[in-house]
Amino acid sequence: MTESIHPIASLLAALARGITGVQVLWAGCEPDERQRIYFANHTSHLDFVVLWSALPSEIRAHARPIAARDYWEETSLRRYLAERVCKAVLVERGTVAKSKSHDEAKFVGRSLIEDLTAALGERNSLILFPEGTRGNGEKIGEFRGGLYHLGLRRPDVELVPAFLENMNRILPKGEYLPVPMLSLLTFGKPIQVESHESKDVFLERAREAVSSLRRIGPA
Amino acid sequence: MMTAIHDSILMWLFGGVLCLLVVLTIVGSALKRSYNSNVSRVTIDNFNAQIAAWWKMCVVQALSLVFGRIGSLVLFGILSFLAMREYLTLVPTRRGDHRTLFWSFFVIMPLQYCVLGFHWYVLLAIMIPILACVFIPTSIAVAGDTAHFVERAGKIQFGLMVCGYCLSHAAALLQLKIPGFGGHSARLLLYLGLVVQMNDLLQYVWGKLIGKHKIAWRVSPDKTWEGFLGGMVSATALGTLLWWATPFTPLQSAGLSFLICILGFAGGVVMSAIKRDIGIKDFGGVIERRGGILDRIDSLCFAAPIFFHVVRYYFAPWP
Repeated sequence: MTESIHPIASLLAALARGITGVQVLWAGCEPDERQRIYFANHTSHLDFVVLWSALPSEIRAHARPIAARDYWEETSLRRYLAERVCKAVLVERGTVAKSKSHDEAKFVGRSLIEDLTAALGERNSLILFPEGTRGNGEKIGEFRGGLYHLGLRRPDVELVPAFLENMNRILPKGEYLPVPMLSLLTFGKPIQVESHESKDVFLERAREAVSSLRRIGPA
Repeated sequence: MMTAIHDSILMWLFGGVLCLLVVLTIVGSALKRSYNSNVSRVTIDNFNAQIAAWWKMCVVQALSLVFGRIGSLVLFGILSFLAMREYLTLVPTRRGDHRTLFWSFFVIMPLQYCVLGFHWYVLLAIMIPILACVFIPTSIAVAGDTAHFVERAGKIQFGLMVCGYCLSHAAALLQLKIPGFGGHSARLLLYLGLVVQMNDLLQYVWGKLIGKHKIAWRVSPDKTWEGFLGGMVSATALGTLLWWATPFTPLQSAGLSFLICILGFAGGVVMSAIKRDIGIKDFGGVIERRGGILDRIDSLCFAAPIFFHVVRYYFAPWP
């Protein structure tokens, strides 16, 4: 994978920053080039671009979003944006749930984690929205298990929670014209999977880490 | 507005304001360097923040002089946009308001400034109060979400009124053609701004000196009857002394200054009440770098449209 940033990606990032006037607060950690998984709440198509644009450019070149294959491969424009422009890691969504047997689910899940681990590699950081789909902004949905498995597999990678505010009001699900309200992005303190921590406990803790970063009251 | 640059009275007035600001800035930084127990830190910081805000207002005023007619419209249009953005960021809206908000930002607000640019005074006066007042609830109703319907329509309408209607009337002062006053209408904006700001400052000073009886203490604990009356009388006196720069007689100038002071107070109290309602101290507090425009225009926002319409009615006859 090349390390240069696609010019369209830079353009989109500048545009997203202009529309959302995003104000970034590194509350729990400093920007760092070390490998990290940034995980955030998800309410808008702009989420990834805004979060990505908030990273300093040398970090940005190595930060890849994780996106749902079924959505981003639907049209050729989406595929181009996801694969070429944003260098997204496309993963199957919901296939684990759809799998017929327990064993099959386990197999699909494992190959997904393999893909993500491979994408992480030695140098890259990932941007992940563990809810798996865009919410309505009122409540953060339950987290999927990928974050937990990645955290177990790669304990050296920091898991950085982030909270994006107001994005659901700027460009909510189902709308295509943005309203230029201001958004706030807060990065929290990195967490990691504790030894003997069960998946559910960790995921709930991760969700709490994200929602505790809210700065304006619930919209 | 090339005439504004060659308007020597305006330049003297503006130059005077700048000199005063330079003096205040020097005093402010001297105070900051010698923090002591006699004057509290908070008071000094407030003082310096206020001076910084006045500098910004002067920059806006100077730019509107330099840019000319169209430029000043664009400038105030941008200010309106930023103010509206700040307001709506902090005032909760619902998913069903999305398209209405889009129209408010990208159609109604720009239209208001276009109408102003074309001097369609009737439309300028009725566009947001009447046309938007019909459009907004209709648009929310069509979107289908009826929860908190009246509240939501009210919030958006009020935002348009304050950020669009009221602020555009400050720019409208620059467009006024008063017989015998030539192209000197820029002085009216400076006059309005000076009286409003002096009123704010003097209310604060009088309140600190002799303030005892609170007005609306739940809304803003600093406001007292002594401060309100003292500030009003002294700012009206100062405004009256500026009559030579305006098309008004001293008596008219006194009356208009008095009006501006009362409206300045009203604007300040209302914006404070909104902040209390949302649960913030300053609009600029939550959204640090890009916030604070609403904190600056609070006392101007009610005074501008009423001052404009009074002046237009009595001094710039139809059309």
